[in-house]
Amino acid sequence: MTLQEHAKKYPEVWQRFSPRQTLIRYVWYVSIVFVAVWSVSNLDIPWFYFLDAHVQAMDLATRMWPPDLDFLEELYDPLIETIHIATLGTVATIFIAFPVAFLAARNTTFNSLTWFIGRLILVTSRSVNTVVWGLLFVAIFGPGPMAGIWAIAFRSIGFMGKLTAEAIEEIDQGAVEAIEATGASRLQVLWIGILPQVLPVIYGTTLYRWDINIRESTVLGFVGAGGIGIQLYSSINLFSWQEVSLMLIAVFGVVVFSEFISATVRKRIS
Amino acid sequence: MTSRTKTQDAAPREWHTIKLIENPYLRYGLVIVAVVYLFWSVGSLDFNWHRMSSGLTRAANMLARMVPPDFTRWELLIKGIVESLQMAFAASFFGMILAIPLGLCGASNLVPRPVYLAARTIIVLSRTFHEIIIAIFFVKIFGFGPLAGVLTLIVASTSFISKMLAEDIENMPPGQLEAVRATGASFPKLLVYCISPQALPRYLGVSIYRLDANIRHSTVVGIVGAGGIGQVLAATFSRYDYDFSLAILIVIVSIVFLGEIFSNWVRSGLR
Repeated sequence: MTLQEHAKKYPEVWQRFSPRQTLIRYVWYVSIVFVAVWSVSNLDIPWFYFLDAHVQAMDLATRMWPPDLDFLEELYDPLIETIHIATLGTVATIFIAFPVAFLAARNTTFNSLTWFIGRLILVTSRSVNTVVWGLLFVAIFGPGPMAGIWAIAFRSIGFMGKLTAEAIEEIDQGAVEAIEATGASRLQVLWIGILPQVLPVIYGTTLYRWDINIRESTVLGFVGAGGIGIQLYSSINLFSWQEVSLMLIAVFGVVVFSEFISATVRKRIS
Repeated sequence: MTSRTKTQDAAPREWHTIKLIENPYLRYGLVIVAVVYLFWSVGSLDFNWHRMSSGLTRAANMLARMVPPDFTRWELLIKGIVESLQMAFAASFFGMILAIPLGLCGASNLVPRPVYLAARTIIVLSRTFHEIIIAIFFVKIFGFGPLAGVLTLIVASTSFISKMLAEDIENMPPGQLEAVRATGASFPKLLVYCISPQALPRYLGVSIYRLDANIRHSTVVGIVGAGGIGQVLAATFSRYDYDFSLAILIVIVSIVFLGEIFSNWVRSGLR
């Protein structure tokens, strides 16, 4: 067989993916499209609502303009309360999240049962939305900022606990062994060997979560858990759109401001 | 008092853990500020202590009514969960698609400055407002039901994915971009041969993560009437149907847990 014949018989065309990989890829594409089509078609979406959507949106926009500036004075206290809820909730989280993270990290937990319990707490905390936690705590503590603080804290435990647990799993084991070798107790190992190593992560995630929590606490009032959400919800229900637009501007300002602070401090720390 | 030598300074006898803030004045100053803040905030918040002191008995009462969870109305439960999942899938799909143009426009190394600023403004605006606030507006415009929920989640997913995509593109090493540009490639070719191979794995990873987040969020937009299991859940709370609430919460937690496993599995396959 000459070289030319060989090349003809076995044409070597470079391909990025093997036929099997290509097949798998196309199966993924088809199933993604299939799921999307199935979802949209099953949601019984009233498509004719799109016909007058722009009219409705314009109507809303004209009703919202201009923002009712006289309302600004009444906004000051709820805004402060919103920030307080987020901050106190985050502070409460630190104290609960660290012990849970300690349980949920493989190298510091006691046995597989405690590890499972730690993970279960983290997953439960994260799966239930802040507003749903708000519903729960409003039923317990009654409407007001206390319910909001606990709602924020219970949602944040999962977030901060997960990131802290991951950080604990990645610590330098040498430092821990060195401290164990001096005959330190378990608590001392935790305090001197582990905590200083994960502290930067804890500070970073706390600031990051605080910034998310400010955003979340703006809507806690919808279920009665304090903050500016209470005014926002009542103004929406009363169709006082000019007050609503002012509140949205205020919320925007506070959220952007907190994001800026959080990002600047985090940059300084890391 | 003896004068300390250089060796003593270099090896101090007393050991202390490394502090994040070395300056003691700043460190303790911040602690004091934090304590003052705590007192001020707790003092200024309007706590109803009387109502709260009855909270523990109420909590116990509520827990007692929650257990055992009531799964007898499972048809309603399944219907709500499926609706939530469909909302999450649809929103993730459209969010993924819409995020590509927005993300490209938000990358400062690809587009002219005005386009970049416009795209970033859209991203920041839609990220600032909580899903529920956006959901209220869509409910006003499109009426009650899952459509408002899907649109809300589309807005949230688009802004999230496009922000990540834009940052990813901005952090690309400029070499490849210049190399492909130097061959005279047009913008679409640049996208196909230079940007997509570099950005695709992370884009897909973020999208899968977003699906996971959408499943979580789809359970809550219903509280303002935007469809899904959240609507059922809010109704059970207002009717004091706590055993059914617990059943719903258990199902939500397990769905989210499964979604997380799926998302981790896919993302580890992408790496």
